[in-house]
Amino acid sequence: MERCVILCVGNSDRGDDAVGRTVAALLRDAGAPEIVECPGESGAVLDALEKAGAAIIVDAALSGAPPGTVRRFEIGGDGPPLRLNFGWSSHGLGLAEALGVARALGEMPAVCVLFVIEGESFAPGAPLSEAARAGAAEAARLILRELPSIRRSAAPLFSTGGDMVGRGDLVGPCPQGGKIL
Amino acid sequence: MTSRTISVGALARVEGEGGLEITVRDGVVTSAALTIFEPPRFFEALMRGRAFTEAPDIAARICGICPVAYQMSAVHAIEDALGVAVTGPLRDLRRLLYCGEWIESHMLHVHMLHMPDFLGYAGGVEMARDHCDIVRRGLAIKKVGNEIMTLIGGREIHPINVRVGGFYRAPRKSELRALGERLERALEQALEVVRFVAGFDFPDCARDYVFVSLRHPGEYPFNEGRIVSSRGLDIPAREFEANFEEFHVQRSTALHARMRHGDDPYLVGPLARYALNFERLSPLAQEAAREAGIGSICANPYRSIIVRAVETVYALDEALRIVARYEEPEAPHIAIEPRAGVGFAATEAPRGMLYHRYRLEADGSIAEAVITPPTSQNQGLIEEDLKSLVGAFLHLPEDDLRHRCEQTVRNHDPCISCSTHFLRLDIDRG
Repeated sequence: MERCVILCVGNSDRGDDAVGRTVAALLRDAGAPEIVECPGESGAVLDALEKAGAAIIVDAALSGAPPGTVRRFEIGGDGPPLRLNFGWSSHGLGLAEALGVARALGEMPAVCVLFVIEGESFAPGAPLSEAARAGAAEAARLILRELPSIRRSAAPLFSTGGDMVGRGDLVGPCPQGGKIL
Repeated sequence: MTSRTISVGALARVEGEGGLEITVRDGVVTSAALTIFEPPRFFEALMRGRAFTEAPDIAARICGICPVAYQMSAVHAIEDALGVAVTGPLRDLRRLLYCGEWIESHMLHVHMLHMPDFLGYAGGVEMARDHCDIVRRGLAIKKVGNEIMTLIGGREIHPINVRVGGFYRAPRKSELRALGERLERALEQALEVVRFVAGFDFPDCARDYVFVSLRHPGEYPFNEGRIVSSRGLDIPAREFEANFEEFHVQRSTALHARMRHGDDPYLVGPLARYALNFERLSPLAQEAAREAGIGSICANPYRSIIVRAVETVYALDEALRIVARYEEPEAPHIAIEPRAGVGFAATEAPRGMLYHRYRLEADGSIAEAVITPPTSQNQGLIEEDLKSLVGAFLHLPEDDLRHRCEQTVRNHDPCISCSTHFLRLDIDRG
């Protein structure tokens, strides 16, 4: 079986940006294997994805969707193009740019599922919002449900294009495209 | 009279947010203005009232690319105020941490920000599709810099292991030795990078720069040295404010800086360090520079990519030297008692000299902090570069001209976020 990594991205000191790290804690408690946490620095993301046959990536999002909304994207292999902010600032060399480089270098895992959880507040030192906490729990539940299939097969499992798959107890359309923080 | 305005609304591949407006009259560039609109961040005010022990962690937050520089200038200035000096293995560890930051920052700039200009790509991701091996090599070298940062600093961004007087934890000898093989491989790769970038097609130009950097009697400067210039200045850090001043210009939220005696803008950063310290580079780095054909002084700003690659060779060479001779210190830090005082320090951030001054109260709280980042110091000179160099490209189509303007700014790897702190370009051709 190829290596399957769960990469949880976020900054624990920036409010709901910590939601990826919260998902990591929930998955660890549930016994999920090979969880890597990082603040989103491009080198660390590329390192985590190195030689992985499959990956699940979790991060916060700020798109205007209701806080706590969980969205799922299939971005593995040559998948759909990623919207990059690359070029504005090397301070902004984050997850999307790292995934862009990984794909350009042919190092994107064949199966890569991105879960993003809409945040409410990203203020320095702020605690995780209740909405993001509910989103984290929902994302962890969805990941645990999907993990065995992802580990078994590198074949795409669900539809592509960022379908909304859950938000706490709410399900509804996403109002606009998301920006990965 | 014909006139033209060239406007870059969002200057790409620089750090931070700002714009650029260039005015051309009768085929001559008459003005170039960096319009920096990133909001000021008030770090100096944030420091006031905080304990001196908090300064390294607060200062680290000024920049995600060069946090070590901010930490190092802070700890050295505070130690100066408290009358202590860190020596021996702790001093070596500080130099090693700085090596990590230079490797990481220079390889990011060389490969992802500057190299696309020479190979004709919009950005690093686009370039990576056609030049996989080049980008892989650059990222591999950068990774070693990250590893140093993680081992010495506790993590690769915003290190948490630096304190006034030393470190919270000193690494074990075995931990440093484990880096050796990867450093040696990265050094071989960095030499390949010097040879590769030396083959780029560079605009033929030379500027009469006033170079300013640190100079240390026996080392290529990271943490310590006197402030020297190519015009004969030679002062300790405590005389910085007597010789340099920051001032506000309406178009920028970042302060500019100038020398108090003389009107010419001055340059800090790799070109200045290199010109003023060539003989202090390791023999291997000097040899790499000679092979690359840049001599002991490089005044062509477009060739700064070669100098960054040479400095990366030096940083890896120096890291290997430090790792080989490292002996664990008796304690990870020296004991320090608070007292009232004023302290001064300048260290060499990847993009240039960074000055800090702190005034401490008797209880060790910070009463005043002054921070002069390298990009503040270079803003005037970047505008002069644009005025001097862009004239040669005015025949180019608008998009190509805009690209040359951006490249001319990127030559100096400005960190607008640090100095305030993106670039929008407006060229007024009338």
